Order: sequence, then structure tokens, then C-alpha cells
Amino acid sequence: MTVTNPKYSEALNNYYQKIANAEDMVLNMGPQHPSTHGVLRLELITDGEIVKEVIPHIGYLHRCFEKHAESLTYQQTIPFTDRMDYLASMNNSHAFVMGVERMLGIDKDISKRIEYIRVLVCELNRIGSHLIAIGTYGIDIGAFTPFLWCFRDREHIMGMLEWASGSRMLYNYIWVGGLFYDLPVGFEERCREFVDYFKPKMVELNQLLTDNEIFINRTANIGVLPLDVAINYGCSGPMLSGSGLKWDLRRIDNYSVYPELEFDVPIGKGEMGTTGDCWDRYKVRVDEIEQSLKMIEQCLDRLQKELKRTPDFDPRAKLPRKTIPKPQDYYIRCEGAKGELGFYFMADGKSEIPTRVKARAPSFNNLSVLPEIARGVMIADLIAIVGSIDFVLGEVDR
Amino acid sequence: MIFEDIKLLLTEKFGTGVIVGEETGGLQPALLIDPEQITPVCLELRNNPATYFDFLSSITGVDYGVEINRFGVVYHLASIPYQTQLTLKISRENDRRLDNLPSFPSITSVYRTADWHEREAYDLVGIFFEGHPDLRRILLPDDWDGFPLRKDYKTAEYYKGIKID
Repeated sequence: MTVTNPKYSEALNNYYQKIANAEDMVLNMGPQHPSTHGVLRLELITDGEIVKEVIPHIGYLHRCFEKHAESLTYQQTIPFTDRMDYLASMNNSHAFVMGVERMLGIDKDISKRIEYIRVLVCELNRIGSHLIAIGTYGIDIGAFTPFLWCFRDREHIMGMLEWASGSRMLYNYIWVGGLFYDLPVGFEERCREFVDYFKPKMVELNQLLTDNEIFINRTANIGVLPLDVAINYGCSGPMLSGSGLKWDLRRIDNYSVYPELEFDVPIGKGEMGTTGDCWDRYKVRVDEIEQSLKMIEQCLDRLQKELKRTPDFDPRAKLPRKTIPKPQDYYIRCEGAKGELGFYFMADGKSEIPTRVKARAPSFNNLSVLPEIARGVMIADLIAIVGSIDFVLGEVDR
Repeated sequence: MIFEDIKLLLTEKFGTGVIVGEETGGLQPALLIDPEQITPVCLELRNNPATYFDFLSSITGVDYGVEINRFGVVYHLASIPYQTQLTLKISRENDRRLDNLPSFPSITSVYRTADWHEREAYDLVGIFFEGHPDLRRILLPDDWDGFPLRKDYKTAEYYKGIKID
């Protein structure tokens, strides 16, 4: 069973021709290179130190999410969504679960306490994800200390989420119609302790890395992504707001309890160089951590006062017996840690198993802009650009 | 701009043949577009100051099942200035032969997002996009046989003589 129509192998042959006839040096970066943040392979056509062209090769971590989803029920698919962006699993399952709930028409029946707990754990997870982005970005540029500091602080978040869900990274905590379990007793107090501990740490991190002269020289004016290019390539999250657009789906779509929370949407302003350079994207992540902390405090205020835990509160009370949505198509989009995270469902109205689930991964789209912004840069700057995109290969390859 | 206005705008510009149907049963209405005209329709929706659908969220390749032998592509557009969303669908019948893939026009000239998304649809569902600059497989190896997200796909047992468990 081979492809017989020559039309279909034309592009592949063109690619082979291009590599074979390249007069410049063809250099492989990855898939086992620490600065590619996972199993990403970049094929570089280089002229000395200048990168003339980047050809990304992805798929080394492809785990057939969409194929699996065709044979599992909605509830059973949630653990698979956790494994997409494994640094921010809560955000993934939150998006997926909200889509299913809206299709079932039960999204208005979810109690406020459940919604606030969901947002709380999502924002905690977002901080964890951004800490990894900042720490590994430092290590790409050559700063080793921020990496250790970020991992030390992330460890507290991991510990808390493990306490709540029983797992360190892949939680399966948010379920259709509720939660796996209520927050453990004392979680709110412990979380508040963490926020108080973490705020001065962010100031220290800013002194160490954000305002560091060497770091600024390595990242400012590098990998400038103009806003029109960012939109046309479908970039989202810090990539898009780093280019200077106030666009955050938590504000645009107003899902869950985000309309009740007070927070700003940080954007890149080109403080150190041009708007949309690597430093701006990095800074947006630092600012998003501060906003997330603000949201966590507001969630904790509510969870400790008017939405206090009661003995009869059962997060599994509203779990639907049968998850059979009406026959329809639905596309849900949410602000994940990396950008617009979308799930497209096709339900036939007869079974609990969806006909088709498509995941729109933010990293996939953010990475696709790399050949455009990395044309003509130095190889060392390419490392800085790749790091500033902050993709997770588990999500790119799904 | 609401759904009905977009319909009116498209029929005024391209004639009544451009919209072949609509789905309004679910939470999100969808427009069924004539497959041959999808590129100019997207260009118009992106450039028209009244719609400005400048952001392509995703492209989904769909196999509608073995009985009806129909393949389709679903486009999710979003407008950043107006904060609206729109779903477009195109579909066409096909006999499932591997040397005759269902073929649709590519919209990479309008949205560069479509580049990788169309490669993914080609890779997993086996939909060919006319005019795509670089239509290679993206997630699976270049020498993979068959298209896994088709409903009649038989799970491969061997890859290059290596047993797949």
C-alpha cells in the first residue's frame, strides 16, 4: 500500500531536493538537544553563523490523542488531555470539561465553589508553567541560578496540587460536572502561605534575571514578531500579547468565574528594545505570574468566606450519569498557559463517544511562526528565540 | 456582525451558489460553503471591514463515516476587533481510494496558520489541499502508510519490519 499518485509525493521530493542541493551547511539541532525543550528537531540551513532557513520537524512525541478520543467516552478522555500540555494539565482538562459541560447544557448548574476551585488550581498551574518557561529560558541564555530558583518555587505548587489530586503533574482532577475531590482541609491556608512566600521571591527573580544587563542584551531586539505576522500565524497567549495586543480569552470570552475576578492583561511595550522581541515575551510571562497571584488571592478570599467548605458539599454530586450531548458540533476555546487552547467536538447524539475530537494546541501554532522570525539570525540567537516561544512538545505533537 | 448578516454579505458578493447550506441546530451555527470558493470567501471575510475575521483558530479534517463516504474540512475563524467567531464547513464525496484523495483548495495564501493545520489534516485524515506550498506529513513519519483518522483505517502492525505493540 504505497502512494501511487505522484501529486502527493511532490512536496516530499521537493524537500529532499532542497536538502540535497543546499550549497550551504545543513545542521541538525535536536531532537535530543536540551535547548529545544523536548524532542523538537530543527534543520538549519546555515551560512557560517547565519541561519538562512529553519525547517522544523515535529511528531517525535505523537501519541494519537485524536485517535484515542474516537474510542473513549468524554470522561475517559480527560487523562489524555492532561498529557497534552503536561506542564499545565489543569488548564487542559478545564478547557475540555467546559466544552463537554456546555454541550450537555449543565454549565450553569456547576456550583460556585467548584468553579472557584477550578480557577484556583488552573492559576496555580499557570504559575508553575510560566516558572518553567522563565527558568529554562534563563538556562538557554546561560544563567543557571534562575532555573534552580524557579524549580524550587514550582516544587511548592507541585506539592500543593499533589495534595489535592494525588498526582504531581497529570492530575485528572477536574471532571465533567464537578471535581475529583474537594480541596483537602487546610489547603486554603497553605496556599495563602505560599502566596506570601512567593511574592518577594518574584522581586528577587526580577532583580536577578529581568533587569540583568547580560540577559537584556541577549534578548532585546532579538526575534521581533510584528503584530500582523503574529495574528496571521495564529499565535496566541504571551506570543500575541508580547507583540502588543491586549488579547486574553479569560477577558474576551468571560468563561467560568473570570468575570468576577479582577486582573489586568499584560502586554509587551518594547521597554528594552522593539515591541514583540524576546524580552517582551519573557516579560509578559513574568507579569502574568503577578496577575495569577492576584487571582489566586481573590479565589482564596471567596473560598474561605462565602464559599466556605461545608460538611454536605460534594463535588461529585452533579456528575452526569450519562454524558450524551445533543447531536452538534462545538468549538470551545480557553486561555491555556501557552495561549488559545481549543477543543472541537463532533457529537452524534447517540453515544457517549464523540465522533471526532480535534485539539487546537497553542504551542503548535506558536511554533509554526519560528521559520518566519528565525530567518537571517545568528545560531546563538535562534536558541533565544526558540526559548522565548515556550512550547511544550507534548502539546505540539499531541 | 451576526450570522444572518454574514450570509447576506457573502451571497451579495459571490452569488447565491456560494452557501450550500447551514447548520443551526447546535450552540454554534455553521455555514456550509461551496468547496471551490473557500479561498475567496476567507479572503473576503478577513479583509472586509465589517467582518474582519483575521484570526484562524483551527482547521479540522473530518471523515464523516464509511457509509456516506464524505470528507470535509471545518474552519474556525475569529475576529479580534469584533470578538466574534464563525464556523465554515466544506465537504465533498470521495471513493476512499488512496490514489484519489479528497481535494480542497488551500487557504494558506489567506492565513499562514493554515500551513501546518492543512499538513496535519493531510497527514491524519488524508485530505489533499491544492496550492499548498509544502504539503508533507507533519506528525507521522514521511513513509507512513494510510491515514489514521479515517474511519476505515486498519491499525498498522509493522513499521519498517518492527512490530508495533
